[in-house]
Amino acid sequence: MTKKKTRSLVTGLASGPYELWAVVFILVPLGFVAYYAFTDNDFRFTTANIARFFNDMSASVSADGATSQVRTYLVISWRSIKLAAISTVVCLLLGYPLAYIISRASPRAQKTMMTLIMIPMWMNFLIRTYAWMTILQDTGILNNLLAKLGLGRVHIIGTETAVIIGMVYDYLPYMILPLYSIMAKMDYRLIEAARDLGCAPAGVLRRVILPLSMPGIVNGVTMVLIPSISTFYISQKLGDGMFFLLGDAIEGQYVANNLHFAAAIAFILMVALLAAMALMRRLTDKYTYGGAAA
Amino acid sequence: MDKIIELKNITKSFDGEVVLDNISLDIYDNEFITLLGPSGCGKTTTLRLIGGFETPDSGDVLFMGERINDVPPHKRNVNTVFQRYALFPHLNVYENVAFPLRERKTPRDEIDQRVSEMLSMVALKGFEHRAVTSLSGGQQQRVAIARALVGKPRVLLLDEPLAALDLKLRKDMQQELKNIQKATGITFVFVTHDQEEALSMSDTIVVMSEGRIQQIGSSQDVYNEPKNAFVADFIGESNIVDGVMLRDRCVSFSGHTFQCVDGGFEPNEPVDVVVRPEDVDIVAEDKGMLRGVVTSVTFMGVHYEVIVDIGGFKWMIQTTDFVDVDEHIGLYIEPDAIHIMKKSEYSGLYGDYASFSNEFDELAEAESEGEQ
Repeated sequence: MTKKKTRSLVTGLASGPYELWAVVFILVPLGFVAYYAFTDNDFRFTTANIARFFNDMSASVSADGATSQVRTYLVISWRSIKLAAISTVVCLLLGYPLAYIISRASPRAQKTMMTLIMIPMWMNFLIRTYAWMTILQDTGILNNLLAKLGLGRVHIIGTETAVIIGMVYDYLPYMILPLYSIMAKMDYRLIEAARDLGCAPAGVLRRVILPLSMPGIVNGVTMVLIPSISTFYISQKLGDGMFFLLGDAIEGQYVANNLHFAAAIAFILMVALLAAMALMRRLTDKYTYGGAAA
Repeated sequence: MDKIIELKNITKSFDGEVVLDNISLDIYDNEFITLLGPSGCGKTTTLRLIGGFETPDSGDVLFMGERINDVPPHKRNVNTVFQRYALFPHLNVYENVAFPLRERKTPRDEIDQRVSEMLSMVALKGFEHRAVTSLSGGQQQRVAIARALVGKPRVLLLDEPLAALDLKLRKDMQQELKNIQKATGITFVFVTHDQEEALSMSDTIVVMSEGRIQQIGSSQDVYNEPKNAFVADFIGESNIVDGVMLRDRCVSFSGHTFQCVDGGFEPNEPVDVVVRPEDVDIVAEDKGMLRGVVTSVTFMGVHYEVIVDIGGFKWMIQTTDFVDVDEHIGLYIEPDAIHIMKKSEYSGLYGDYASFSNEFDELAEAESEGEQ
């Protein structure tokens, strides 16, 4: 009994600092976000900020010149979700085969390739974004190259494509890492067994590799989708300010000293993401190892 | 009987190391054939060549007379029971067994019927909806066998399937595999390093060492008529001594001339002589053909294992008579207990029990099992 008590004291002492850290730097700030979201400038309770998110209207000019009134933040949300979803799908399509190739390479080659994938992450995110500006500009590296090859110039900067390129570049490693770690653990004999039992390569992928790597896909999608929904700056720089996203909205309100409304947007985003994550986990639970898929 | 698989002059190396050195082997329809040898002898590579997971550097693999060197595994009418089973962890027992049938778009009711047929054959009825990860090693083994047989392959390849099971379960599974092979009439190609397992199960044993086939024959052939010192040593226990074939049916070794039943050697040709430990009779010292001193006695249950020093060479004798350490005894050997082999590259490497200990043998075995 005494022994158990001492142990728990030691455990408590050891984990104490981390618990304190979690409370001070995670729970308390989240509490503040919620507090600000539901108060006005005099810190009186209000749901006006939340309501504003859903109700704010502004004029929108469509391609044929017609003007219409739209709900500002719902349009921004939809745009954020759309760009983030496209970026996530592109990351998955690029990252999945790459992660598979890396996981099947020699240990030495695996190390080298993973390092190469990580290196861009060591550079500042602003610098990376600026680098893409110089590449994608109308007179940038890409267009000069295309012109030299006689292929004609393309206008990319200021389009959704440019924003998606920027997001994919930034978040691709977050897709590859979880996919790679689950594929590296995958038993190669399962692939041989599938081939032995009559599967052509496409069948091996569909019936064995894909279901076994499902936990990696869930993690990768989560790790790319969530930060790319709330990203800012990429769209300002690569989208020429044409594609205002939720992250930009939060930043803009914050810079304009509209803390309560900024907090409300962040709060709504957070709740939506938590709900989405919970739903995704539930849908993919049956794919985890060892689960009885009855 | 018809040849179902032929390997013709196959050579295979990995990273410059020769794993198979010009091997040729015929496998007949409906037989239980075992590839037997120590780890690294090339037996698993041979199996993988048949399964389609490796292609030979030179030589041909024929399946019912047709060259299949470059045919991928999924197009071969051959299935494999993998070492440690390789069951799909995301599928339950039923879906694991149904896996090959679903790939062929077999109708649902036929899948139901064949899966339940297979599961009752391996005594796993009622386990359909269990997760394979919740099964014991023996049960997983049975699922792997059912999964490999449900597609009715012409040939089943088994890569050390029993190595991970404990002794009792292994014995039961040996019997069961043999029964399944007889019942289904499918050709089994079985890989093992366990000579007892090979002797008790096989119609044909292929003894391999260092990428070469040392001998092909029935269990009785390889035990009673080993071709060289390697085979004699690897299969069962053997005393292997240098001898000289004086003339047909007359051999001299250990300072004595014996009658034997072998012939066809040059006069005075140096040979390897094999005498199995159970074929030596202990007699009074003055009545023995050979004389020696007992250096160790181990009780093995059914018999004693006696090590006798005869002129510096240590013989092993298995006997039910008790003798004591340091006792001087005589040895009597019947003519048909003496087997004569041509000299080979393995001469002099095996068959002396000077450094013998059971413990050492077990260590070596554990090492080869731990591999892969």
